[in-house]
Amino acid sequence: MLEILSYIAMGASWTVAITLGSAAVGMALGAPLLVLSTSKFAAVRGIYSAIVHVVRGVPTLVWLFIAYFGVGQLGLTLSPVMASMLALSIIATAYMAEIYRGGLQAIPSGQWEAAGALNLDRFSTLRFVISPQVFRAASPSVATQIIGLLKDSALVSTVGVADLVFRAGVMTQYHADGLYMFGFAGLIYLLLSLPIAIFSRKIHTRIKRKYVIA
Amino acid sequence: MTDMTWLYDWPQYIPDLLPGLWKAMTLTAISCFFGYLIGMVLALLVETPRAWVRYVALSIVEIGRGVPILVLLFVFYQGLPQAGVLLDPYPAAVLALILSAAGYSSEMIRAGLNSVPRGQSEAANSLSLSVMDNYRFVLIPQAARISIPPLVNLTIIMFQATSLATVITVPEIMQFAGIMGSATFEYMSIYIAAAVIYLCITIPGGVLSSYLEQRMGAPKKRSTRQVLLAQFRKPLGATNNKSHSASGRM
Repeated sequence: MLEILSYIAMGASWTVAITLGSAAVGMALGAPLLVLSTSKFAAVRGIYSAIVHVVRGVPTLVWLFIAYFGVGQLGLTLSPVMASMLALSIIATAYMAEIYRGGLQAIPSGQWEAAGALNLDRFSTLRFVISPQVFRAASPSVATQIIGLLKDSALVSTVGVADLVFRAGVMTQYHADGLYMFGFAGLIYLLLSLPIAIFSRKIHTRIKRKYVIA
Repeated sequence: MTDMTWLYDWPQYIPDLLPGLWKAMTLTAISCFFGYLIGMVLALLVETPRAWVRYVALSIVEIGRGVPILVLLFVFYQGLPQAGVLLDPYPAAVLALILSAAGYSSEMIRAGLNSVPRGQSEAANSLSLSVMDNYRFVLIPQAARISIPPLVNLTIIMFQATSLATVITVPEIMQFAGIMGSATFEYMSIYIAAAVIYLCITIPGGVLSSYLEQRMGAPKKRSTRQVLLAQFRKPLGATNNKSHSASGRM
């Protein structure tokens, strides 16, 4: 029994790797995507909202199958892990950009005006005044989104990445005790989401103590 | 990149996927209806004084929210036979989605109920309204304002989540897409057609949800600047009383 459970638990490494990898890509690329939405040209803002709505409006499973089967049909065969990373990173980017945008809107216009009054250029304003406040305001939503990605990463089992769900499925086919196998996998997902929640709460209280957030 | 036909030939596959759309919509409707009802009950149970009731309700909520829907689907479809319960794919999918919807919606409903000021319940109590009347006439109408926009959003998310039911062979959109795909090998065109079908529901749904959020939602706090501007623009002699009447709108 212990061997079976440890075989399933080994899948957590793929689950965690894909979750953190796509979260990192999303957090990094979300910011440049957000810049589109602050453009003064309506067409560029339209491109931003089209990207965000299309990416978020299509289920994760469809993105995953497009990345794995669809791209494979075009002659560019991606490994299951690469396809999963591609699909989840695209989704994470769109969600992170929307989270950053929420944080950006929470910043009072006086901050921009004060930066203008101090004659800061656009880059310095964003770098030293706006973005630190955006990250502070957005940090709880980012943590929620990473927990969401953790659960979305369960889908990568459908294209054959040997994560928790995949291994639980394999063991169910060998030993037929599906309730234990998938129950154990579900328990590990709950346990994995706990540290993220605790870590985020810690960071948020530390920020709150250091700076006063409106 | 030998073949670029997928750029224009995807619309021909939409009719083949439409039977799945109907299945996905009924699945969404059933699981959201029962899920939100159970979510409402859970939201009330989480606040009861009895500790063991609270813990049971909280653990159901946490399982519904914390465990991936894919795992719930497998538990109900491949796990329950171990306990002697054999479910068909469709009922198993309905149960998994209900559990998930109940978990998420209970938190949204609870947030709505908690947003009603305490004084409202106390006032209802001092008018000797019964507990049921307190909920029916005082708490729920005010909580609904806060809870309905996120619940509409959740319904869109549940609609997208029905795509997962394909892994336990429920004949919804992705199931038809998979069958078509393995028959024709036109995966790109077929999955683009599926994506377009999902977008036809989710984008209007998103517009509705953001409209409701503006219309109901939490009352927007005016910034200091807006308050000052309003003071300056007000004609002489006008009183402030009028601005309060808007809060009764529902």
